[in-house]
Amino acid sequence: MSARTRRRLAADAGLLVVIVAFVLPLAWVVLSSIDPEADLKVKAPDGFTFDNYSEVLTPDITFTPLLNSLILCGGATLLTVVCSALAAYPLSRYKSRLSRPFMLTILFSSCLPITAIMVPVYALYVQVNLIDTMGGTIFFFAVSQMPFGIWLMKNFMDGVPKSLEEAAWTDGASPMQSLIRIVLPLMGPGIAVVTVFSFVMMWGNFFVPFMLLLSPEMMPASVAINDFFGNKGTVVYGQLAAFSMLYSTPAVLLYVLVARKLGGGFALGGAVKG
Amino acid sequence: MKTPPGPGRPAGQKSIGRSLIRALPVSPAVVLLLLFLAGPIGYCVYIAFTDLQLTGQAESSFVGFENFTDAFADDNFINAVWLTIVFTVVSALIGQNTLGLGLALLMQKASKPVRTITGAVVISAWVLPEVVAGFLLYAFFRKEGTLNAILDFLHLPTQNWLYTLPILAVSFANVWRGTAFSMLVYSAALNEIPAEITEAAQVDGAGGWRRLWHITLPMIRRSIGTNLMLITLQTLSVFGLIWVMTRGGPGNKSQTLPIFMYEQAIQNSMIGYGTAVALLLLVFGSLFSLVYMRLLREEV
Repeated sequence: MSARTRRRLAADAGLLVVIVAFVLPLAWVVLSSIDPEADLKVKAPDGFTFDNYSEVLTPDITFTPLLNSLILCGGATLLTVVCSALAAYPLSRYKSRLSRPFMLTILFSSCLPITAIMVPVYALYVQVNLIDTMGGTIFFFAVSQMPFGIWLMKNFMDGVPKSLEEAAWTDGASPMQSLIRIVLPLMGPGIAVVTVFSFVMMWGNFFVPFMLLLSPEMMPASVAINDFFGNKGTVVYGQLAAFSMLYSTPAVLLYVLVARKLGGGFALGGAVKG
Repeated sequence: MKTPPGPGRPAGQKSIGRSLIRALPVSPAVVLLLLFLAGPIGYCVYIAFTDLQLTGQAESSFVGFENFTDAFADDNFINAVWLTIVFTVVSALIGQNTLGLGLALLMQKASKPVRTITGAVVISAWVLPEVVAGFLLYAFFRKEGTLNAILDFLHLPTQNWLYTLPILAVSFANVWRGTAFSMLVYSAALNEIPAEITEAAQVDGAGGWRRLWHITLPMIRRSIGTNLMLITLQTLSVFGLIWVMTRGGPGNKSQTLPIFMYEQAIQNSMIGYGTAVALLLLVFGSLFSLVYMRLLREEV
């Protein structure tokens, strides 16, 4: 056995140990969701059933919270993407002595721990009557992702050569027309990354709706799952697992879809390297 | 500041007007950011110095630094600071960072199928919603959970992890959930090291550990800095994961600053005091952000 093969086998063995450790909690949720007698440990299911799914597939438990999540995250993502694309255009296209400080402020705000400002946001929302409204929550969600959205969008837009637009300008197109007709269609992957990244971050976020929404009928899945299962005396673990599966699937699917198209670690290419 | 004048500012009215029109598309984002981000931050600074309480109390008065002096005299606050430090050091700086780097290094050498499966599994843990991750790890660490079942099978002593070592349990949960980020950052960084450099070192007879210490790590030091900053910031804002697993308990044994802040502000209705804690967290986070921006300085 050559040294190279030996090294590869050693690396494989090391990774397999980590894989097992990471897979155990994931295996629990998948197996328990089809197990008629699920408990808290990973085990082969005692039979196979879809009862857990049919039990939770009711308007109260699943459909309303998921629809609320969709409205909140969809609305906020749309707002983030539109505002980021608009803001990125002048920042990417025109030279100005203010763009650098502006971009630095944006980078700085994208790093701030949003958790830390939720209490003042709550207090402020109580004062201006935005507390417990979908609109108020959508706006805050959108703003929480906007700095990063602008940052990514500007970097992607820098990748579209200016010369392509110049032809359109000589034909008399306005900057808005050339943004919509030429630049944005050419940066499809960039828009996909910003959209999916914002959506997935919001879909999984717990603290923002937990603080800003109060009425049970407006709660998105992240808070509803906690209320429903956390506050009941006896938890039916199979149902909890089934609901977790239903709630996680959109986030995982979206990630896989975009990662497939753009290669792994896509979001970081633009994000971390600037 | 938000309306960039053109490059030649003194060129007169016409160019200022043109610059304003050019900067117009930035305005929706700027207005929203000012209203919903800068506004709350400013409000945060203001109410941290008042005794504002939850609705019902008509007026709040300015109390100066009282909230802060109260905090530093409050054993629960000091406890929360310590737990936040433990949580950040154990789960982010040691756990996610080292494991992420280790995985990235091993993935370079491993065979393709193993590499692909590792990526898929570790990233799945990362993509799952925070609350779901919390439930999964809650089940894993519970008395009747998977960890104890395994320990029992190996004839090792079991214990009720969420009661005996809650901060360690939530730290491990955060490692499970967050390692993918470090792994992706380091994989990208390692791929950029030219193959000739490692080969040259190999020819010179440098062994694996020496190559890692003297060549690989210095070459990715910028990524290490970036990664440490970002995972620290992410870990400082973890709320849902801990809330679902332990609610900060038992007692206050896993009550990190975000949980402490929430309990004081909402459950004990002391918005002013909770906000003072929030402001400390925000200032701490801002310092980290500034260091991070210095690291990135040349690239902006």
